[in-house]
Amino acid sequence: MTDTLKPRDAQEVEDAVRWALGNDKALELIGQGSKRAIGRPSQTDLTLDLSGLTGVTLYEPEELVLSARAGTPLSEIEALLEKNNQQLAFEPMDYGPLLGGQAGGGTIGGTIATNLSGPRRIKAGAARDHFLGVTCVTGRAETIKSGGRVVKNVTGYDMCKLLAGSWGTLAAMTDVTIKVLPKPEAEASVLVTGLDDARACAAMAAAMGSSCDVSAAAHLPDHVASYFDGLPKPEASTVLRLEGVAPSVAHRKAALAALLRPFGPVALLDEKDSSLLWRSVRQVKPFTSEAARERPLWRISTAPARGHELVDLITPAAQMFYDWAGGLVWVAMPFAHEPDAAAIRGAVKKLGGHATLVRAPASVRAALDVFEPQAAGLAALSKRVKEGFDPKGVLNPGRMWAGV
Amino acid sequence: MAVRMPEPDTQVLARREAIVKALRAIVPGEGVIATTREMKPFESDGLTAYRQTPMVVVLPETTEQVSQVLAYCHGEGVKVVPRGAGTSLSGGALPLADGVLLGMAKFSRIKDIDFANRVAVVEPGVTNLAVSNAVAHAGFYYAPDPSSQIACTIGGNVAENSGGVHCLKYGMTTNNVLGCELVLMNGEVVRLGGKHLDAAGFDLLGLINGSEGLLGVVTEVTVRILQKAETQRAVLVGFPSSEDAGACVSRIIGAGIIPAGMEMMDRMAIHVVEEFVHAGYPLDVEALLIVELDGPRAEVDHLISRVEQIAKQCRSMTCRVSTSEEERLLFWSGRKAAFGAVGRISPDYFCMDGTIPRARLPQVLAEMKKMSEQYGLRVANVFHAGDGNLHPLILYDANVPGELDRAEQFGADVLKLCVKVGGVLTGEHGIGVEKRDLMGEMFSELDLAAQQRVKCAFDEKGLLNPGKVFPVLRSCAELGRMHVSGGKLPFPDIPRF
Repeated sequence: MTDTLKPRDAQEVEDAVRWALGNDKALELIGQGSKRAIGRPSQTDLTLDLSGLTGVTLYEPEELVLSARAGTPLSEIEALLEKNNQQLAFEPMDYGPLLGGQAGGGTIGGTIATNLSGPRRIKAGAARDHFLGVTCVTGRAETIKSGGRVVKNVTGYDMCKLLAGSWGTLAAMTDVTIKVLPKPEAEASVLVTGLDDARACAAMAAAMGSSCDVSAAAHLPDHVASYFDGLPKPEASTVLRLEGVAPSVAHRKAALAALLRPFGPVALLDEKDSSLLWRSVRQVKPFTSEAARERPLWRISTAPARGHELVDLITPAAQMFYDWAGGLVWVAMPFAHEPDAAAIRGAVKKLGGHATLVRAPASVRAALDVFEPQAAGLAALSKRVKEGFDPKGVLNPGRMWAGV
Repeated sequence: MAVRMPEPDTQVLARREAIVKALRAIVPGEGVIATTREMKPFESDGLTAYRQTPMVVVLPETTEQVSQVLAYCHGEGVKVVPRGAGTSLSGGALPLADGVLLGMAKFSRIKDIDFANRVAVVEPGVTNLAVSNAVAHAGFYYAPDPSSQIACTIGGNVAENSGGVHCLKYGMTTNNVLGCELVLMNGEVVRLGGKHLDAAGFDLLGLINGSEGLLGVVTEVTVRILQKAETQRAVLVGFPSSEDAGACVSRIIGAGIIPAGMEMMDRMAIHVVEEFVHAGYPLDVEALLIVELDGPRAEVDHLISRVEQIAKQCRSMTCRVSTSEEERLLFWSGRKAAFGAVGRISPDYFCMDGTIPRARLPQVLAEMKKMSEQYGLRVANVFHAGDGNLHPLILYDANVPGELDRAEQFGADVLKLCVKVGGVLTGEHGIGVEKRDLMGEMFSELDLAAQQRVKCAFDEKGLLNPGKVFPVLRSCAELGRMHVSGGKLPFPDIPRF
């Protein structure tokens, strides 16, 4: 028996799932495998490699729409958009370096299946918000479609939302259609230095609550500041990004600097440094080095004004920084085999939100909940949704939760 | 009425008195309405061509009551139709003769305004505009702004995934809702999301938005609020043809400009509206575009001059930029009064809601004109040009024998055309009853079965709002059956390693 099936087209994907269904086999779905180490360790019989389904099938810049086969490399799509002064506004982060792989990997299907986003999430949304249409093969080996190629569409349930972030547990996507947007003409960042985490969250809340139209907001505490590119000095920095047409960026830069001065010393980053800085935030750079990769890594989404409260609830030996104006906290725990799930889960329960153990040795991930455990009613509902799509558990069984 | 609702369950109707009594025990006082006269206001929603008196109306006030009502109905096999303000244009809140109409109007509290996290937590019966009004003192607002925003409620907005003129830049309801409390048909209460971003597991919140009251009853909603832009200005541009107007829209977006709103009207709409509100619209043009820019003054001025330039290149005949807030609102007054203005010249009209790829607009308008002649019915077009969402208004008189049927047929043909050119049946009004039987134009049997299995996960007895969205009701047992025989299938010729 071989362990990888690599279909060449959508029909072969359906054939492969039908075969697996008929033979009681479970499939691990991958694109380029760049996020393969996230989730509960796979307990599958074969790998279904979708990276053979490539190619942009429709791109109409003036209609802001692009369709591609699900295995199309993300880098290919980003390069094509770049040529037309457009971009994926949700700024998908790159898990490659965090998980010990190369930067720049991943497919569009994997990007959507894991609902990736980056610093611009707070303004532009995540992959889910740009996912317009899909053709996929469910765990019943049925090819179905949902959505379309237009942005405004409420025809039937929004199955695209359900598939985005389902980590391949509901269906194998073969074709996707996404909304693309113009690239901002100019960018700059304003930063305040020397703030503690609580004060930084207050500064970011003030900026986000202003009419400055901030497109990214991060706080980089002093213990990790030196890892980020583009910062003038390796000290605690609270950074806010502005994007748009040049006259607007210039105007807002001045307004934001004035707004932030009461919080601490203000500095400005030009286009080049701003772009370098946000790329390193997007890559979660402090936790990508070989030594740092020993540390179990948590990704916590919470109410932005409360993110900083985590500091007092977990060990001081943890390293952390904040994106999404304080609402996304990356926490690296000190010991390789001790993610201290009890402390993290307890803290998140108190603050609201959810935590994902995005990096830990497989043995640890097998023994712990990787995704946020759900209340009984919601867990049962999720299980019923899974059973509707994949009653025999053919697609990525157990990757998110045992039995789903 | 061309669309048939499910046959009433005579056994349920026979037990009506006992059911009403049990519901009164859950929701005391005036919360249960059972006389025909008092139920009259609930017999239809915004799709007035369809009317039905419900078996009983229940107006709960607490999540606990909603949960108990649903659990009771679940146990007794009684259907339930949820209703917000009843402004649905697709019949989403059309009652059932053998069903409970669950009115959520009493859920009208704003529970929490949290500026630090930029969210408001509201009950579903709060109107869309009331959310913006509640946060306006601090310069904030809630972005989705459907035309019915004075009356329509947040609960209904979630059910329909409502849009509005500004969703081109700020997204639809689904992009602006962070959490909700949801009561399932069996009475279970689940919480989805909160003040944080993204779902912890499956994005069930994304699924609830636009589910048309078929999956659960929302009892609390957490929405994002935004700081208002410093400046808003609008440009009013007239064109000699819809082709030119369409080209202008594409060039504006192609130039990297995403306006806050971009609306188009055709000749018929312009004339009807101008006569009504005197907004100063030019009457010698074939198409009119309102382009609104918002942001800091420096940005708005910069972009307005670029839009003017592009308009000129697209053969614009007139181009006016608002110079005051009054003038901006005047430009919009016509667009916003379009439905009312059409109501003045025709006893009845259908407001259609297809979305098309923008480039196909001239073709679709030309074919619609032909249909208008064929059916002998007038049509006026208002159009969310930026995102391709058409609102043809089909004028008819229900008192003229046969006109209602002809108007419905005309509407169906328009929507089929939308699908044919790569668009969809509905952009923001929902399928409801109105477009239910057209679902087959867009979806295969398999597609629809997959959607109905989602329904089964939430409501396995199919008691919540049946007869809407899906043309054929199928039991969850039938949908759940697997049709694959084990082990005998030929292994395909797929490369392996």
